[in-house]
Amino acid sequence: MSLITTLARLEAVDTGRAQPLATTRHRHLSEHPLVFVPLTTAGEAGAPLGALVGTDRETPRLLVVPQPRDRDLRFAFLAELADIVLPYIDAYAADVEAAERNETDPETGKRVKVEVELCADAPQLIVPSRSGIDFVRLLGRSMRFRRTAEQDPETPHPAPPRVPLLGRWLTHYGERSRVPGSSLLLALTDVLSRHWATGQSSLEDQHLGALLAWIDPPQGESGAEAALRAELRRDGKGQLLCPPAGPATDPAFDNKLLAPAIELYDRARTALAAAEDGIEADDRLGELTAAERQIRDLVESRTRPTWDAVWRGLDLLRALPEGAHAADRWTRDRWSFTGHRDRVLAGEPPQPRRDDAVTAANKLATREREQARLEAQEALDDPLVMAGRRLAGEAFAGEVTDVVMAYNEGKRPSPRPLVTVRTDDRPHFGERAKVYRSLGGKPQAAEFVEYVRSEGEGTPDAQGHALGSLVVLRVVDKMGRGKEPETGSVPEKGDLVCFTLFEHEQRGGAKLPDPEDTPWTHGGPPGETDAAAPQPEVQPDAVTDEDVL
Amino acid sequence: MNKTALASALGSPSAFGQSQFAFMRGNAFEARVKADGGAELLRLVHEKLDAGAVPPTTGTVPDLSAVGPEGRTARTALALREATDAGVWTLLDHPLLALDVAGSPAFLEPDAVVVHPDGSWTVVEIKSFPMLDGSADAAKVGAAARQAAVYVLALERVAARLSTGPEGRAGDAAHAEATLLTVPAPSDLPTAALATPTEAPAETLGTPGAQDGIRARPPEVRHTVLLVCPKDFSNLPTASAVDVRKQRSVTRRQLDRLTRIEDIADLLPEGTCFSPDLPTADLTAAVESVPATYAPECLSACELAFHCRDHSRAEGAVTSLGRSLRAELGGLTTVDDVLSAARGETGDPTDPAVAALRRAAALRAEALGSGARPGAEPLGGTEGLRAEASGRAAC
Repeated sequence: MSLITTLARLEAVDTGRAQPLATTRHRHLSEHPLVFVPLTTAGEAGAPLGALVGTDRETPRLLVVPQPRDRDLRFAFLAELADIVLPYIDAYAADVEAAERNETDPETGKRVKVEVELCADAPQLIVPSRSGIDFVRLLGRSMRFRRTAEQDPETPHPAPPRVPLLGRWLTHYGERSRVPGSSLLLALTDVLSRHWATGQSSLEDQHLGALLAWIDPPQGESGAEAALRAELRRDGKGQLLCPPAGPATDPAFDNKLLAPAIELYDRARTALAAAEDGIEADDRLGELTAAERQIRDLVESRTRPTWDAVWRGLDLLRALPEGAHAADRWTRDRWSFTGHRDRVLAGEPPQPRRDDAVTAANKLATREREQARLEAQEALDDPLVMAGRRLAGEAFAGEVTDVVMAYNEGKRPSPRPLVTVRTDDRPHFGERAKVYRSLGGKPQAAEFVEYVRSEGEGTPDAQGHALGSLVVLRVVDKMGRGKEPETGSVPEKGDLVCFTLFEHEQRGGAKLPDPEDTPWTHGGPPGETDAAAPQPEVQPDAVTDEDVL
Repeated sequence: MNKTALASALGSPSAFGQSQFAFMRGNAFEARVKADGGAELLRLVHEKLDAGAVPPTTGTVPDLSAVGPEGRTARTALALREATDAGVWTLLDHPLLALDVAGSPAFLEPDAVVVHPDGSWTVVEIKSFPMLDGSADAAKVGAAARQAAVYVLALERVAARLSTGPEGRAGDAAHAEATLLTVPAPSDLPTAALATPTEAPAETLGTPGAQDGIRARPPEVRHTVLLVCPKDFSNLPTASAVDVRKQRSVTRRQLDRLTRIEDIADLLPEGTCFSPDLPTADLTAAVESVPATYAPECLSACELAFHCRDHSRAEGAVTSLGRSLRAELGGLTTVDDVLSAARGETGDPTDPAVAALRRAAALRAEALGSGARPGAEPLGGTEGLRAEASGRAAC
């Protein structure tokens, strides 16, 4: 955390309100995101209890598993979820535009441009908190290896038809969310705390209710008080007034409300199964419906506040103008979405349990590159982020005090003007360090030449400001082909400029071999060692009888 | 002492609690792992840790029940000795161990300890979080490893005692144990949870030791523990060997460095009492007489965290926002100090922390547009100067 962020947090403590950490919104927000507020059952892995899901803030769909340990009820939940999420995804998958992509021609080995489809927009999934992202990933993992009756008539517990496909999509979204700056799957707490600093620790910022209370406290109350209330206040029955954003539920809710309701439901179900005639069964069915109704109400009472909070958070974020480079990163998200759409259409198997060496290395390289890209783009989009880089000595801003035309000594002299900048910042230059500024959206490079001692350095000027140091730079590119630089390509005296010591655009690293050519040092080509074994990757998970799951 | 009750009495109840679903699931899983005399558990230990040894056929599960914690620790030590001598696979289900913590003994109950045929001991930790495709949540595994490391330490003390006999002549370890057992609990602290073992268990232990003669070498406590978790989404057990050497040395160092309880007790005013029945004001005064430095990490570990957080926030301590903050602010420890130093009202400008702060404050104000320097030209909206343009104050 930079000192500027620290200062913002302390100001938030002092003023009782969250303070801005960004002047623009650094994540793309879809016009119609799909909001997903899941709840899970404590102690069980991947046993959902219920969820609110939908694209319309007024009419969310409530899905409930009245007995989370019952596999059939869980499958029913997942099938319903698939019926909501997959049509939403399909709507985006169908709307495409033409694009070009560089590919290596398999015959000539040359890089050629290929016409491909790119989805015009991508579906965006929003969950309340970071643990919601983990839950999406977990759900994806639990579903993608399931077999439907159509795929395998022998399978002991066939899954409903579209469930494995939903698992593959959720897995893809979960994986993509690990790429810095991506927006296909967002955790609202992460995005909010990227843009605002609260007067509490980042650990406490994980609580959506408390975080929103700091950012947008109710009338007449300080953020600190409202956050404390959201975090701890309980009603007469010992229940939290602001239920946790999930997917984990509050133990007091589990023990006092949910457990008795589930027990009632179990009893009603046993009674129904034991009913001897139609009239008795009708009565008992009524009891069962009532018991289910009660669990539905309980789940809704815990998810609806979070649902509303998520939309409120989205409103707050939408009030910020979107950063200029966020669209560029969203295009990458659209490529990612289109790529997975194509893999599904091509009938490829689900993502393996473990990545092979080449895929894993590629993913890591992508994340590193995207992290660097995100840091550079956020700084270029947002003066507040740039201020942090300037404080760290990674960028400097100042006024051009002198421009001297100079040329290099080649056969055809090219312009290499020397620009003197007066700055208060303290950049850490190496010898002949390269610096960059953004010129019409493209980076223009310059070289550090020297510091100049100037008269009056460090003494206050007429307005009482201390004068900064003088830095001489040699501009080296983006000035056109002629002897004279193109107009506007060289800073003029009096211009305010901002140079960075980091590069604006990221280059890809060295190309990795195809998975079939994985060297033996990295385990060799996948599947070579156990080629005889029947593809272990698509084996469904083991199930046990005792496990009602 | 019961910190949960204390926290409630202070008006800042702790938020810890366990859902009965998780509790039931955890118990059911543990029972399943230990079913049939621990056959499945011993199979896992054999497979993951000691594949060279004879496969376990019928494991021995000694009865460890006894009266009181002292009795149970003694019984555990006895069972360990017998199993080590017998040289067969043995499962100790919920043994009880004593460990010296800050000069006061604490009792620990591992899920299980397995004695191998070669006489070495392994700590087994059974957890109900899933191991998905062979990997589990790193934070939870880390917590389990730290927990197991404490058990390994406690077992090492037992092993050292077994090898040296009761007289305490044979080495430092025995000497340390003797000290441990004779330290009286500070009488002015409530010690509900920290009962003091008497001399009795040491003597019970000692008798067979004297008969057998003194061991040349203490039994080996393996530094690799076995973590047993449900496999994927089922409740079939799967296991993984976890090396806890690092956690063990960290814990050992921390235990050695802990201020002894009697030293803390000496600092307290005469008559300090932490009984939850006291009026809140007295209780608050009593708790505050013990120095504590709150940090956000406390929230996940201590029942009194909310009380300490209130206190820390009221004082304006910067640590309540995170330990890393405290580190970068040098000698400035309160929010007011930092902000007034940043505004240039207080603080020594030659102090690097203060200078950095003022620069940060100036840059932040400039970027947010309030620090616009008079006379600075608003920039034309060229793309290239976007960064300065929105700040309108590059200078």
